[in-house]
Amino acid sequence: MARTLSMMAAINEALDQEMSRDPTVVVLGEDIVGGTGSPGEDDAWGGAMGVTKGLIHKHPGQLIDTPLSESAYIGAAIGAATCGLRPVAELMFIDFMGVCLDQIFNQAAKFRYMFGGKAETPVVIRATCGAGFRAAAQHSQMLTPIMTHIPGLKVVCPSNAYDTKGLLIQSIRDNDPVIFLEHKNLYDRETDVPEESYAIPFGEANIAREGRDVTIVTYGMMVPYSLEASETLKSEGIDVEVIDLRTLSPIDLDTVFESVEMTGRLVCVDEANPRCSIASDVAAAVAQDAFGSLKGPVAMVTAPHAPVPFSSALEDLYIPSPERIAEAVRRTMGERPS
Amino acid sequence: MSEEIVPILMPKWGLSMKQGTLSSWLVEEGSEISPGDEIMDVETDKIANAVEATDGGLLRRRVGMAGETYPVRALLGVLAPPSVPDSQIDAYVASFEAPVAEEEDDGEPVRLFLDLDVGRIRYAERPGDGIPVLLIHGFGGDLDNWLFNIDALSEAGPVIALDLPGHGQSVKSVAAPSLTTMTNAVIGLMDSLGVDRAHLVGHSMGGLVAGRIGIDRPDRVASLTLIAAAGLGEEINGAYLDGFVSASSRRDLKPALVHLFADQALVNRSMVEDVLKYKRLDGVGAFLEAFRDALFPGGRQAANLAGDLAGIGCPCHVIWGAEDAIIPAAHARAVEGATVIDGAGHMVQMEKAAEVNRLILSWTTG
Repeated sequence: MARTLSMMAAINEALDQEMSRDPTVVVLGEDIVGGTGSPGEDDAWGGAMGVTKGLIHKHPGQLIDTPLSESAYIGAAIGAATCGLRPVAELMFIDFMGVCLDQIFNQAAKFRYMFGGKAETPVVIRATCGAGFRAAAQHSQMLTPIMTHIPGLKVVCPSNAYDTKGLLIQSIRDNDPVIFLEHKNLYDRETDVPEESYAIPFGEANIAREGRDVTIVTYGMMVPYSLEASETLKSEGIDVEVIDLRTLSPIDLDTVFESVEMTGRLVCVDEANPRCSIASDVAAAVAQDAFGSLKGPVAMVTAPHAPVPFSSALEDLYIPSPERIAEAVRRTMGERPS
Repeated sequence: MSEEIVPILMPKWGLSMKQGTLSSWLVEEGSEISPGDEIMDVETDKIANAVEATDGGLLRRRVGMAGETYPVRALLGVLAPPSVPDSQIDAYVASFEAPVAEEEDDGEPVRLFLDLDVGRIRYAERPGDGIPVLLIHGFGGDLDNWLFNIDALSEAGPVIALDLPGHGQSVKSVAAPSLTTMTNAVIGLMDSLGVDRAHLVGHSMGGLVAGRIGIDRPDRVASLTLIAAAGLGEEINGAYLDGFVSASSRRDLKPALVHLFADQALVNRSMVEDVLKYKRLDGVGAFLEAFRDALFPGGRQAANLAGDLAGIGCPCHVIWGAEDAIIPAAHARAVEGATVIDGAGHMVQMEKAAEVNRLILSWTTG
């Protein structure tokens, strides 16, 4: 019988199965156990969102609560990875990566290169990302472009529970540092997830919806929004293809080109700020390598070049909506807004 | 309400189907329909196929509109004799209860698991009286390969379908997988379910499994139906097997899968994704490699049952798609009286489901 899991439960199951498979897989982060060393508090919480709840009892010794110092424990995870462990470190919010960025972009990302290919750093840094949680400017950012910019890092941002489990297992088995970004507003969404372990290879986009008229290229939370927009557009006779990139580094541009060669129209949807974003990256790649296929200008739907507002009314306007995505698709079809 | 009014409903193909799009009607209002007539084309996100009438009668009303999407078991048409007044049909349509989204669907073949010597085996069972039909899928397949067959065959009696070891949702870690692994699993399933004899229906590699059981354990087999079966000749499309086994991405897998069908457009995104979901599971890659090498070393078939099948005690029938690109249709000649169906490829039981179902039923209920 098909079984559904939420994205949060899929993360828990992936960690659980990989810790069982390989005793060198360790999970560390703030409060992920829920109070190591304090009597009565063991497993009280299981991380800020409860993602790792229950794992300590199945894998005692493979989960570590860390002090509230991202600089220290992200560095520790990276160091442990170079010495034979496969750590999965949880950064509560990607917004906090500023205080541990040197460890990530100047150390982990560079080791293989600086040591002539002899050093491997099989670390996974999991972090929540994205807006819509009423958590204001310092806990809501979509910092995928910053991570994607750095050579030596692999960047994953799944849109559903099935992909999340397979991509997290692949991330743990991968021998390079992986930044694994989980959108908070997708945590409760359920899909069919096999009970068995499986790995989804990096660098293969998922065609979330097949269509002939317009290609939407997106990832993360914007995938369900784009699918919603596509349903609206279907009733208007516009047939939209939705490509879920799944991994931003490596990026599957072949699937994007193939689709644009068929549709001739491209809408890049990205929850990140617009400058130097995944949307602008994909738009540039298509302009450079598939320009001849385009029937019109590329459209981009992104957040504005502004911090995420705390006001709920403003935050709702800030995040690209299905309506704005549909409007951009209509624009590429040559329709003028009424 | 008149008992003479018979509804035509949106079919349910397999566990995951929630709705289907009525692509087009193939019959006009006012035409007389016989059971088995193709009456409309329906498309799901997984597959498109013609729907055949389960009941006969005069088509009084086409309720479903071409191009529209309906939930499974939604009312699409009404059959009734001319004596039933239009007003009564209007009332029937108006009062037809829209199906509620049920978790437990009575009409659904139940998916079950059993622990056999080889490990956990998934199977589906439709109850009924008489000797069951047991469906055995091919290399890399699973019981959903019988999507269009299970319902139709269960009209006449019990039906069982399984995922062989290494396949579908059955056990993936199988040491040195061989033909015997598979025949033991089928016999083991029959033992566990208390099935003494079954009509074995095998597709492709599953046909080889069925044939082997028919030869070795004639006491357990009421009849054999071998569909595009392995084991009847030496040739097999080795490039397909290698492509299927090695592909880990949609781009690599799709060019292999299209060889399975005469109408290659049937291989859509969802079908490719479903196969990829199976192939991504831990252990599947190693299993498929080892199993391919055991059964089809060097792109040839290691086992040939044709000689043994000629002297078999039970009825043995063969069905093939004329455009089979995996195992040549010429192999059908290994058994006398084989049926070769035009316009179908290797997955003939999907592409020409109605015809295949009719043939099987004529043999198992005769």
